[in-house]
Amino acid sequence: MRSRWGALFDLALPLIATLLALLVGAVMLLFLKANPLKAYWALVVGAFGSTNAIAETLVKATPLLLVGLGICIAFQGNVINIGGEGQMIVGAILGTWVGLHFHHWPGWLMITFALTMGFVGGAIWGGIAGALKAYFGVNEILSTVMMNAIAVQLMNYLLRGPMIDPAQAAHASKIPQTARLEMAYRLPRLVPTRLHLGALIALILAFLVYLFLWRTVWGYRIRAVGKNPHAARYGGIPVKKYVVLALLLSGAFAGLAGVIQVYGVNYRMITDGSATGFTGGAGFNGIVAALFGHLHPIGTIPASILFGALLVGANKMQRVAQVPSALITALNGLVVVFVVSSEIWRIRRQRRRLAAQTEKEETTEEETTDYTD
Amino acid sequence: MRKKLYVFVAVLLVAAFVLAACGKSTPAPAAKTEAPKKPFRIAVVLPSSINDLAFSQSMYDALVAVQKQMGGKDAMQFVYSDGMYKVDDAAAAIRDYASQGYDLIIAHGSQYGSSLQEIAPDFPNTSFAWGTTVDTFGMPNVFAYEAASEQGGYVNGVMAAKLSKSGVLGVIGPIETGDASRYVQGFIAGAKATNPNIKVNVTWTGSFSDVSAAAEAANTHISAGADVLTGTAQMVVGAIGVAKEKNVLWFGTQADQSSLAPNIVVANQVYHWEVVLTKMIDMIQHGKLGGQSFTINLKNGGEVIEYNPKFNLPPDVKKAAEDAIKGIEDGSIKIELKK
Amino acid sequence: MLAKLLSASVLIGILASGVRLATPYLYAAIGETFGQRSGVLNLGVEGQMLLGAFFAFYVTLVTGSLWLGLLAAAVVGALMGLAMAFVTVNLQAEQGISGIGFYLFGLGLSDLLFQKLVGTVKTIQGFPPIHIPVLSDLPVLGPVLFQHNLLVYVAYALVPLAWFVLNKTTIGLKIRSVGENPQAADSLGISVAAVRYYTIIQGGVLSGIAGAALSIGLLNVFQQNMTSGMGFIAVALVYFGAWRPLGVLGGSLLFSMVNALQLWMQVVGVPIPPDLAVMMPYVLTILVLMVTVSKVRAPSALAKPFEREG
Repeated sequence: MRSRWGALFDLALPLIATLLALLVGAVMLLFLKANPLKAYWALVVGAFGSTNAIAETLVKATPLLLVGLGICIAFQGNVINIGGEGQMIVGAILGTWVGLHFHHWPGWLMITFALTMGFVGGAIWGGIAGALKAYFGVNEILSTVMMNAIAVQLMNYLLRGPMIDPAQAAHASKIPQTARLEMAYRLPRLVPTRLHLGALIALILAFLVYLFLWRTVWGYRIRAVGKNPHAARYGGIPVKKYVVLALLLSGAFAGLAGVIQVYGVNYRMITDGSATGFTGGAGFNGIVAALFGHLHPIGTIPASILFGALLVGANKMQRVAQVPSALITALNGLVVVFVVSSEIWRIRRQRRRLAAQTEKEETTEEETTDYTD
Repeated sequence: MRKKLYVFVAVLLVAAFVLAACGKSTPAPAAKTEAPKKPFRIAVVLPSSINDLAFSQSMYDALVAVQKQMGGKDAMQFVYSDGMYKVDDAAAAIRDYASQGYDLIIAHGSQYGSSLQEIAPDFPNTSFAWGTTVDTFGMPNVFAYEAASEQGGYVNGVMAAKLSKSGVLGVIGPIETGDASRYVQGFIAGAKATNPNIKVNVTWTGSFSDVSAAAEAANTHISAGADVLTGTAQMVVGAIGVAKEKNVLWFGTQADQSSLAPNIVVANQVYHWEVVLTKMIDMIQHGKLGGQSFTINLKNGGEVIEYNPKFNLPPDVKKAAEDAIKGIEDGSIKIELKK
Repeated sequence: MLAKLLSASVLIGILASGVRLATPYLYAAIGETFGQRSGVLNLGVEGQMLLGAFFAFYVTLVTGSLWLGLLAAAVVGALMGLAMAFVTVNLQAEQGISGIGFYLFGLGLSDLLFQKLVGTVKTIQGFPPIHIPVLSDLPVLGPVLFQHNLLVYVAYALVPLAWFVLNKTTIGLKIRSVGENPQAADSLGISVAAVRYYTIIQGGVLSGIAGAALSIGLLNVFQQNMTSGMGFIAVALVYFGAWRPLGVLGGSLLFSMVNALQLWMQVVGVPIPPDLAVMMPYVLTILVLMVTVSKVRAPSALAKPFEREG
């Protein structure tokens, strides 16, 4: 019974940390002469207050979850992927291109094909970083940072030129965007809100990633390479291939997140010249969501919903309290810092328990957690 | 145990999904009763800060001006969401403002069009405006607005060519598209019409916000011999800082940038969106919610060339500028834009 | 077209602007080098730079003193470093993620304070270029090396200094041993926590000054998100330089020179889409690193929290 409370404590810990961060945020709100209680009430209502609010939260959580799943794979393979933004963009470009190039396909076929292409696009972008690391000794933090910038310029180039909406090409104000996808090609809505099938796809994939990592040989090898590459090499695992695979898959999920943003939300690609304009920052925030979910695919589900709720609610708060959106960004940062700092209490508790277990040698009902190290 | 808990939470979530899917949702009809005494309510979504001395500020300033014209807060109220460079967040904001029954919702960024196209049909009694473009999607409740930025660009180009001693001008743009592209084309046309031998060097920084790229572009232009610079987008403040230090001349656009460097800013093309805003408000109050596109230009007073009073502009240059303005207004000067 | 690009004046222009552009990267990347050598990965450099840039600008605007502005940037950088150190050393938080948190915090707070305290974009008189007597008149070398502002010179002076501290002093030895094997260092009586506090705070100070080098050195303005990714590039350059100050110098110069080159290509009218030109420095940095395979290993304890056994 005690451990159940402990598990609940683990789950509540990020919430407590979030509340503490919001408390600091309240000081900033007072500084801006806004009423913190009113503002935070707006945050809650904005995230959960109506069907539409919940739908918006889930729409926001979808790319976070998908990117987060990729991050789980990367972390298990002990590689750091901060190239989610670029991978989302490349996945979206490839997926959008096929949707605009081929006409009159049955919707389900095009959606399947386009999502696959998005997956492939992200896999290419992530795989390049993996190959650079495995075969050329280029650190993945360096390559993914650089490749984010490259992807943005690639997007700008394509959306200004080769992929521009023909209607825009005729106007004087050539807005850098592609044409709209055919109605049939759009991801179906689940409820009459913006909530689309992509959310469900992400949810199913979370379970599949869990099975992949812990129930397949490939998953096992990625984790083995991540834990100890030397031991893995002695065990006969081709380490380099699995480093590439980890980054490739990590990128693939980000690419899928990108193409789903297009097919589920925007129905076209648009650029404002920056990565975040298109990705909404999910390439970065997905990393945070994965960590909040203890780098476990299933844990990432509630974590990305919580984080999505925070982002959606905070924007609502901006509108109600009429505070600059810069406050929301700062608050977002505070929450990340507080939550990541709170982890120490979970880890300490876990260590104590492990220590107690080894002492007693009685591991009857408790399963050791196999998804954290 | 903990794993079980996760699975439990996950199952709960799936259940929530299904429930949400089955549940009846309320599409939030925009309940808007137009009592005559009620103030006109506007919500605006802006891509950058309201104090960017460029695109977003031009709209914010216009709203403040319209509010004053209409007689203060009792007659017109407005709310804003700034820094909405994430297209997705902007869409959520637009939808939220619409469901709150604002009379006019302005999506001030060409990247918001797609979102508006989705949202506007759900709120047939609410009026939307999208800039900068001419596209209303054929919807009866969407206005479009844009700036003929090439016109002010042309006038700035005329003055720049007259003032340059080295015969080299430098242009710093963000991404070669939209408003920025038109301004730059106008500037080049004006400069070349004034002095066919003049050289106009153009750099694009690949970003609207990269201040240091804009600054380094300015440095590069100056090293390449340019003694007059211009540029567009919010990042140009970096270039103005460099121009001030190196003492080369600057022409601004979108907002009045004279205050940044009073000694070297010659003139600015300033957008006065209030010209189209007042028209839209008037139409909405008379029951027409959209379906029309507006352009601000020199002739209708939506674009004004503001000379920096602290800069000693030679009379012949000012005359050339005034002639160019007249020519554009009466149609004798035509500016060809790239197709 | 290509001939134009190869003319002497253009080459001098490229070199001079490369030297100037490298300045903020140098400060931030050398600070990050110290942190990583002691085993701490700080992804929050961008946020520290933005707060440094804002406070340098604001204090200069209010007091009129560039030196007070620079001091303010250093102090706010130190405070951010202190917070980062507390979170990563005492609370043993995941370093990469907490860095992203500090980045977002700095990005938001600098913009918020700017909107509330300054209100609108303003320019100030930043550090003026110093023409070093005699040397600045040299052909080629003069304009390339000896006509910059004070903060540029200091950045380059930091490179040998950082090399010396890391390789020839006891504190350097302590930093390296904490980064390679914190357990062993601890058993030798070195306080891992103290060393990491020192390197993280120093990194914060240098990142703050990197921001100041922009706002009161090179650009003379502040605007929201004015670093637009430079902090992340600086972290990447530490990997490029294989955790050595000289390597960081090489990476910063390469990246900046190629950036200067692409601007010049646009100015002289090389027919290449501007987006592809802007890509060049990023692509080339990767390519150069690919062909000059470095055998240098990362500090063993990089990004790993340290806790004493027992």
